[in-house]
Amino acid sequence: MSNKQDNKDSYIQMFKQMVRIRAFEEQANQLYLSAKMPGLTHMYVGQEAVAVGICEALTPTDKITSTHRGHGHCVAKGADFKHMFCELLGKLEGYCRGKGGSMHIADQANGNLGANAIVGGSAGIATGAALTAKQLGTKDVAVCFFGDGALGQGLLYETMNMAALWKLPVIYACENNLYGEYTKVEEMAAGELMGRAKGFGIESFEVDGQDVLAVNNLTQELVERARKGDGPFFMLLNTYRYHGHHVGDINREYYRSKDEEKLWRSERDPIKNFSDMLIKKKISSADELKVIEQEIEKDAEEAVNYALEAPWPDVSEVDMHVFASN
Amino acid sequence: MREITFGAAVNEAIAEEMRLDNRIILLGEDVAEAGTPFKVLSGLVEEFGADRIIDTPISEPGFTGIAVGAAMTGLRPIVDLMFGDFLFLIMDQLCNQAAKTHYMSGGKLSVPMVVRTNMGATRRSAAQHSQSLHALVAHIPGLKVAMPSSAYEAKGLMKTAIRDNNPVVIFEDKLMYNDKAGVPEEEYLINFGEANILKAGTDISLIATSSMVQQAQLAAKSLAERNISAEVIDPRTIAPLDEDTLINSVKKTSHAIVIDEGHQNYGVTAEIAARISEKAFYYLDAPVQRLGAMDVPIPFSPALEDLTVPTAQQIHDRAVMMLEGKI
Repeated sequence: MSNKQDNKDSYIQMFKQMVRIRAFEEQANQLYLSAKMPGLTHMYVGQEAVAVGICEALTPTDKITSTHRGHGHCVAKGADFKHMFCELLGKLEGYCRGKGGSMHIADQANGNLGANAIVGGSAGIATGAALTAKQLGTKDVAVCFFGDGALGQGLLYETMNMAALWKLPVIYACENNLYGEYTKVEEMAAGELMGRAKGFGIESFEVDGQDVLAVNNLTQELVERARKGDGPFFMLLNTYRYHGHHVGDINREYYRSKDEEKLWRSERDPIKNFSDMLIKKKISSADELKVIEQEIEKDAEEAVNYALEAPWPDVSEVDMHVFASN
Repeated sequence: MREITFGAAVNEAIAEEMRLDNRIILLGEDVAEAGTPFKVLSGLVEEFGADRIIDTPISEPGFTGIAVGAAMTGLRPIVDLMFGDFLFLIMDQLCNQAAKTHYMSGGKLSVPMVVRTNMGATRRSAAQHSQSLHALVAHIPGLKVAMPSSAYEAKGLMKTAIRDNNPVVIFEDKLMYNDKAGVPEEEYLINFGEANILKAGTDISLIATSSMVQQAQLAAKSLAERNISAEVIDPRTIAPLDEDTLINSVKKTSHAIVIDEGHQNYGVTAEIAARISEKAFYYLDAPVQRLGAMDVPIPFSPALEDLTVPTAQQIHDRAVMMLEGKI
C-alpha cells in the first residue's frame, strides 16, 4: 500500500456509509413498528456493501437509479438523514417535498435520479442518462441498481441491447438477494443469471456483495473503463436482505428458514466482517469504530426527531408540480 | 402563402428546432435513412447525422424509457412511435415514469420529451394499426396532448411541443400526411390550451378534434345551405383544454355536438360534453350530442371499417335533428 493514508480514509468512509445505512434503516423500521410512518417501506439492511462499494466509486455527477428498496442507494450517493426522514414521513422538507415517499426518493443534486416502485422500471432511465453522458461528452457514468426480481422484466433486456449497440457508459448492478418478494430466485429465473447480459455481448462480473472492498475495487475499474467508452457492464452482486420484503413481512418461514437468516447475519454481515478486517489490519481500532457508530446513531435519532416535528406540506402543494413551467 | 403537406410541416418543425437546440435528439424505429414508413422524417439524418436521428431496435418500452432518462439528464428527446396503437406497449414508461417524475420529485426533476405518434382509421389496417388512443393519455396528470388538424397546426404545435418542459404526446392523423395547407415561411408557434375557431356561427357549436375537424367543416358547409350557422372549433390540445372558448361558444349557440375519432365510451367526447353540461347547462336548448368512433375493435373489411368513424353526413344529420327539436 503506497498510499496508506488515502486507503485508510476511504476505508473509514466506506465503513461510515455502511453504518449510516444501517442506522437509517433501524430508525425507519422503528418508525413503522411504532405506527409513526405513513404506508410501509422496504429495508436495505444486509445489502449495505453493495450500495456503498458502488457509490464510493462514483462522483456526485455520476447518475444512479434506484429501486423500491432504495434508502441504501440514496444514503450511499450522499443524501442526508434529515431530508430523507422528512421524505419518508411525507413532510415538506423531504427531498421530494413529501410527494414521493420511500419508494420515490430522489436526490438530483447528488446524481440520484430516484427510487422506482416499478420493478425494473428504471432500466430505461439509467440507460437514458448514459445516452445523455455520451451525447454531451460529460464522461459521467450511470449505474442502474435492480434486484433479481427485475430479471423477469423485458424492459431490462431491451435497454441492455441498446446500451450494448450504442456502447453507453452504464453499469447494470443486479443485487441478487435471493428472493423476489416472497419467492426464491431459482423459482423465477431460468438458466444462467450471468448469461443474460453476456448474450448482448456485455462484459459481466460476479462479485461477493457482502464484501465492500471487492465491490468497490471492481466498480472503480468498470467506472474508469466506462468513462473511456468501454461500457456497458453487468455486475451480479450476491447479497441478502435481513428483513422481509417489506417491514410488515414478519413471518417468513414459509419462504426462507430462520437458520438461513441467522447464517447470513452471523457469518456474512458486511459491516461486521469489514470492521473485523479494519481492526485486524490495524487500520482502525475497535474503540475508534465504536465512536463512529455511536455518532451516526445519534445523528439518525436526531434526524428522526427533527422529521417527526417538521411541518406537513401546505394543502396548496397538492396540485403544484404536476407540470414543469416553461 | 405557400402550401406544403402535413408531413412536410412536421419535418420542417423538427428540423428548425434541431437547428436551434443541439440537445434535441430523435429516436425510434426506422427514423433515419428510412425516414419512417410514412416518409415524414426523410432528410433529417442527412442533415443531423446518426447521433441525433437514432434508429432503434423494435423495443418501444426500451427506447421510450431511454428517452425519459435522457430528458431527465439534459437532452430533449423526440420519441417516434410508429403507430399510436403501440402506446399500450409504452404505458409504464410514459404514464408511470415520464408523467409523474416532476411531481414525485417535488419539482426537482423534469422530463422535456415529445412522443410523436399517430391515430386514425379507414386505412384498412385493422384493429392494431387504426386506433385513436389520445383519451387514454389525456387521462393521466402530467402529460400534455396535442392533436393537429392541418399542416399549419402540425408545424406550430410540434414546435411548441418540442420547447415544452413536460412530456407531450402529439397525435398525427395518418390520413392527413399528404394533405396540403398554407404554412408561412416565417417562424410561428401555436400555444397549447388555445382553441381555434375555424368558422364563426350562431346556431350550433361543432367541437371537433384532429381528423374530425375536416368533417365538421364539411358539415358546416352543408348546414349553411339549409341556413344553419354552425361554429366550428378545434381545441388543438385536449390537455390542456381551452374550456373557456368551448363554453363561450355553447353559451352563444345553445347547441353542441362533440366529434372525435377516439372511442365514444369514456372518451374525449364524453369529457367535453360533461364540461359543457356542468358549465353551460342552462344555456342549452338540447342535450349535448357526441359522435366518436364506434365502440368496437376497428374491423378490417372496408364495408365494416367505414361504419366505425363519424362522417360529415352524420354530423349534418344530427345537427338538423337538434335544431328541429327532435333530440
